Amino acid sequence: MTARYRIGDRVVVRTDTPAGHVRTPTYLKGKRGVILRDFGAWPSPEKLAYGKPGWPKTTNYWVRFTMDEIWNGNGSYASGDAIVAEIYEHWLEPDTALEGTP
Amino acid sequence: MSHDHDEHDHAHDHDHAHDHGPFQPDIKEPSEDWEFLEIALRELMIEKEILTAREIQEKIEEWDGKCPEVGARIVAKAWTDPAFKARLLADGNAGVGELGLSVPGLKLVVLENTESVHNMIVCTLCSCYPRPILGLPPLWYKSREYRSRAVREPRSVLAEFGTQIPDSVEVRVVDSTADCRFLVLPQRPEGTDGWSEDQLVNIVSRDSMIGTAVVPAP
Amino acid sequence: MATAQPTRKPHDIGGDPAGPIDREEHQPTLVERRIDAMMQLLRQEPRAFWVTDENRRTIESLTPETYRDSSYYQKWCLAMRSLLVEKAVLTDAEIDAKLAEVKARYAKSGGGAP
Repeated sequence: MTARYRIGDRVVVRTDTPAGHVRTPTYLKGKRGVILRDFGAWPSPEKLAYGKPGWPKTTNYWVRFTMDEIWNGNGSYASGDAIVAEIYEHWLEPDTALEGTP
Repeated sequence: MSHDHDEHDHAHDHDHAHDHGPFQPDIKEPSEDWEFLEIALRELMIEKEILTAREIQEKIEEWDGKCPEVGARIVAKAWTDPAFKARLLADGNAGVGELGLSVPGLKLVVLENTESVHNMIVCTLCSCYPRPILGLPPLWYKSREYRSRAVREPRSVLAEFGTQIPDSVEVRVVDSTADCRFLVLPQRPEGTDGWSEDQLVNIVSRDSMIGTAVVPAP
Repeated sequence: MATAQPTRKPHDIGGDPAGPIDREEHQPTLVERRIDAMMQLLRQEPRAFWVTDENRRTIESLTPETYRDSSYYQKWCLAMRSLLVEKAVLTDAEIDAKLAEVKARYAKSGGGAP
């Protein structure tokens, strides 16, 4: 199974609201970030949570988001601060809005 | 609950974590429903030979042996052995494996704090923590307040811990949302040149390996 | 701000406003250590009754009130009961019967096996 994204790719987190167990926090949904690392393929926690084996495995990525991207200045952070989180491949889409500073 | 320890700015908190002494005795009789539930479930499972009292005791003792000093030893070795540090950063599981430690089923990722990046770990969704390396997480790490605020207010959270990071340094909040478990490799402070690993172990606090503290110069 | 969203589950709290952090080092009590130990034993081989993700899912299914008002290990204890029943290791009936027996024992003598 080939990973869809590579380090440096710009991605956006989907805004789905499935009823079951997920590991994508709401505060990151719809936010744009950059792939920092590929942590390899893992069984899906969304299936494991219901006693299922969770295959086929899904790739998990470390995604970096700037603080301003998430909080738009409404927080206690310095301008260069960031959040990184592990996000599963099926929660990510390519970020096609490439205007603006990288 | 007793409040034996005040661990503000206390670099030796791992020593305290190690001072187990007697188990915290059950000072009070069970009074809340969940305390009776714990007894009921345990007694039922023992009666039905699902668990034994001995296994429970042994598991408790196993975990009492896991404390932040384990992590401090990893840090001290990384500080004194650049080749080990490189291997540790490249593959945390293999790195700690060299010291006979394992983090089964999970990916241990060691994050180095540098002049340009300060990592701070949180699990906003629950309480994911590198337990095999640092032992049981502190109550504050699992609290609603830390989990909610760390990702939005890292600088004010750090200030509550007495930690100031210059604005020029990126504070990188690591939300542990999946199967990685993160251990911060704090910056080695000034004034420790030539120190042995044993000396260095004594100054590495648990909070510096979570990222809410730094290791101050001695 | 974001458009109206479905209600978040009670654990999904990143970014929510909250007060000061209690940094007191509350050492876990023996009851809490027992719960931690039992949950590990039930999850790990040779039993492997459930995986960590099922424990999380169970805790996330608590009502917001219960989630917010229960301590960490209290939540684990509730999840342990729920999962043991879900996996048909124990039944609600026998747990309730044992619970009544335990409470009666403590009410009578003010003590029991520690």
